[in-house]
Amino acid sequence: MRPQLTLTEAHGFASPCASSASDRRLNALVRHLVDASSSKSLAMDSQNPSDTISASPTSGFHADSVFAHVVRAPEDPILGVTVAYNKDPSPVKLNLGVGAYRTEEGKPVVLNVVRQAEQQLVNDRSRVKEYLPIVGLAEFNKLSAKLILGADSPAIQENRVTTVQCLSGTGSLRVGGEFLARHYHQRTIYIPLPTWGNHPKVFTLAGLSVNTYRYYDPTTRGMNFQGLLEDLGSAPSGAIVLLHACAHNPTGVDPTIQQWEQIRQLMRSKGLLPFFDSAYQGFASGSLDADAQSVRMFAADGGECLIAQSYAKNMGLYGERVGALSIMVLDNVGKGKGGGWLKDQFFDSHSHMECCCLVTIKVCKTADVASRVESQLKLVIRPMYSNPPIHGASIVATILKDRNLYDEWTIELKAMADRIISMRQKLFDALHVRGTPGDWSHIVKQIGMFTFTGLNSEQVAFMTREYHVYMTSDGRISMAGLSSRTVPHLADAIYAAVTRVV
Amino acid sequence: MQRRIVINIMWRFMGGSFTRLTRCFSTSPRAVGWWENASPAAKDPITGVTEAFLADTNPHKINLGVGAYRDDEGKPIVLQCVRNAEAKIAGCEFLEANATEMASSLVEESVKLAYGEHARVLKEGRLAGLQALSGTGACRLFAELQRRFYPELPIYLPRPTWSNHHNVWRDAQVPQRTFQYYHPVSKGLNFAALVDDVKNAPDGSVFLLHPCAHNPTGVDPTEEQWRDISYLFKVKNHFPFFDMAYQGFASGDLDMDAQAIRIFLEDGHLIGCAQSFAKNMGLYGHRVGCVSVLCADAKQAVVVKSQMQQIARAMYGSPPVHGLLLVSTILSDPQTKSLWVKEVKVMANRIKRMRTALRENLEKLGSPLNWEHITNQVGMFCFSGLTPDHVDRLAREFHVYMTRDGRISMAGVTTSNVSYLADAIHEVTKHDEEALNICYTSH
Repeated sequence: MRPQLTLTEAHGFASPCASSASDRRLNALVRHLVDASSSKSLAMDSQNPSDTISASPTSGFHADSVFAHVVRAPEDPILGVTVAYNKDPSPVKLNLGVGAYRTEEGKPVVLNVVRQAEQQLVNDRSRVKEYLPIVGLAEFNKLSAKLILGADSPAIQENRVTTVQCLSGTGSLRVGGEFLARHYHQRTIYIPLPTWGNHPKVFTLAGLSVNTYRYYDPTTRGMNFQGLLEDLGSAPSGAIVLLHACAHNPTGVDPTIQQWEQIRQLMRSKGLLPFFDSAYQGFASGSLDADAQSVRMFAADGGECLIAQSYAKNMGLYGERVGALSIMVLDNVGKGKGGGWLKDQFFDSHSHMECCCLVTIKVCKTADVASRVESQLKLVIRPMYSNPPIHGASIVATILKDRNLYDEWTIELKAMADRIISMRQKLFDALHVRGTPGDWSHIVKQIGMFTFTGLNSEQVAFMTREYHVYMTSDGRISMAGLSSRTVPHLADAIYAAVTRVV
Repeated sequence: MQRRIVINIMWRFMGGSFTRLTRCFSTSPRAVGWWENASPAAKDPITGVTEAFLADTNPHKINLGVGAYRDDEGKPIVLQCVRNAEAKIAGCEFLEANATEMASSLVEESVKLAYGEHARVLKEGRLAGLQALSGTGACRLFAELQRRFYPELPIYLPRPTWSNHHNVWRDAQVPQRTFQYYHPVSKGLNFAALVDDVKNAPDGSVFLLHPCAHNPTGVDPTEEQWRDISYLFKVKNHFPFFDMAYQGFASGDLDMDAQAIRIFLEDGHLIGCAQSFAKNMGLYGHRVGCVSVLCADAKQAVVVKSQMQQIARAMYGSPPVHGLLLVSTILSDPQTKSLWVKEVKVMANRIKRMRTALRENLEKLGSPLNWEHITNQVGMFCFSGLTPDHVDRLAREFHVYMTRDGRISMAGVTTSNVSYLADAIHEVTKHDEEALNICYTSH
């Protein structure tokens, strides 16, 4: 596998003079090498060591690359859609692939508050570009935790939350996954079926083994709640469970509040560890608080969880890679729910049986645990990229800490969410008007950027071929890619697909 | 006492199995919490120095820890070429598609810097290049690539090397070896030992090389020595991976600092390279770098790039766009680029002046020790030869902070603190000649 090199294949000597100098050097080296009592066979074993070696100036040296046997990695299926779309010359082409927000005019948007924040940063001549700490911008971390958990979160007040800046949602998931693979006793993560295509790869490469739990019901195009409860119910105790905080990707199907409560109870009773992926806070319903409800429900019961946050969509900062990973550690002080004295005795796995001031130690211990967790997160991050990028986090911190900018942001966020909701309604109406066979109410029932249309891969291929409509082959469309102008074309395409292709 | 009795009863009830006991309660989040067993991680030896420095309130304190450039007032700076680029791109609408084009342009410009503007290999499309998260990220992508396709092959790291190199390849699960590099007595290159180690490594081993301004020692091979190393690599069929974090900082000349890479290219090696724009463009916090692998043909380059992209996508998706825009803007505009080249020279020259000043000050103080290495070594760092004891004393008594291997970041030295620094070093070493000459081995 390793390429063999013979010196006669060496090349690159521009002139005979250079050749002979190199040859002399080569010969000296050869003598040095051969004189040694090394038993390793060198490539020029076949030659008599006392022969002189000369490099042929004209032969090309292209010993095979050490990576010659590498095969091409498959293209990412989601990004691949955009690649194909870009190649299409049709004027009516429609890109409903990547989940990136587009305006009514089909343009990407930079939020006004982001522009303002950027301007502030550029104008501030005292700003420098030094390395951030390994865990990122402190202000950003605090504000992010508050954003997802709520400003009055007891977990934050009790110092039970460790937050580190990471590279968007992906980076937060990967760092969290690596941390769990190293320190957690149960190295299995359960992901919903289906889920974002990159989830299994992120967790596998992080060192976890990946299982699935039922989630989506193709017949109802809604939740398979029974299946979910059964699968989580039979997961081994302590297993990690990935939960989409809101606006499930790719289906757009979210549990109701009551269902979330049931999930929470089941998970806590089985000691399953929740790992939230919050990529759409504010984007789904238009309300930051409403979209954080599932996370806050779990945080409120005093138990532990991990949360990955992304600002890619809700602040339109896709390319800046801004995100945060929060790890919430146990409320050791106790909320009086069961097992009081047992917990008191055994909370410390290092068995400090003689300790007197339990309450004080528990509180200190909790903050201590959080800081130990942080120190271990640093060990994951430092060999990956040393410290996170400064620009995006600075923008987010600028916006979140300024009352006016924050309020303006919530308005812009709601406008984006509302536009998507109106696209759902328009598409539903357009399909209805055409008498499209089937029940399309899921289009308005599902939430967030994506709709799982229920179209099969043949129908999808047909739509791409005949109508230049691009989407992932699982039938997922990004509603953000639609506009009032393009809805009719999509409706036509869907109508044709379901009537002509089965 | 009473608690012990209770526990004993519980123990027998549970059948004497402590594991079962803890598991029974540890499964409830109410009982134990999942992270009780997490022990505090060791502080990073480099960033830990800055933390200690920041906590110190003494007005004379000097930070010689992290290799981040400071001006003569001891302040971090933003290069003018960077400010120009920022003004250009402010308010710019960058589409996701634009970012892809920009990323290709960044790679193109980066590899020109490293491999030579007119390098033949650039026209042949044989380079698999990808934007990376600064030098660390570039090394990590390569390490992961190496592990994917040559899981048994260890990486040979110079002794010593940047401490994080060990972490990067360890986390990528690539076995590690070291090769001799620094000579603690001469405080220069141990060339004979290096050659030996290169020769004794199995054929086709993977080596990490610092093409200029070696970190932490500041000791670089001469041109002649690089040529010898290159030939030896060819004979042994070793794979050279260059980590170039300081292009421009060694001599002040970007092309000169990339000489080692150009020599290897001339000799026909298929190399890999990590580049960082943290130091030479002062873009530390933006995490911009480039990883490139020279392949045998264009087809292979496409393939290797796709693999690296896949690794990156599962780690962080894509790299941040702001830094990419800055570097791309600077490198592709001839005027801004030439301004940058000048600014790099200014930074390199200031560091050279500080080296001279520190050495002269120490000699003036009548130090019994030889401080030639301060001006012999190049780049941002000086491997002073100070022992961990010296380093601790310097921090404790003089509020001078550096990493415990005695590495001084010359960028932290200024006209106004150089004599204080010389005094401090003289104080802790004047009676300690022996200590300074003891062989220093770093991890």
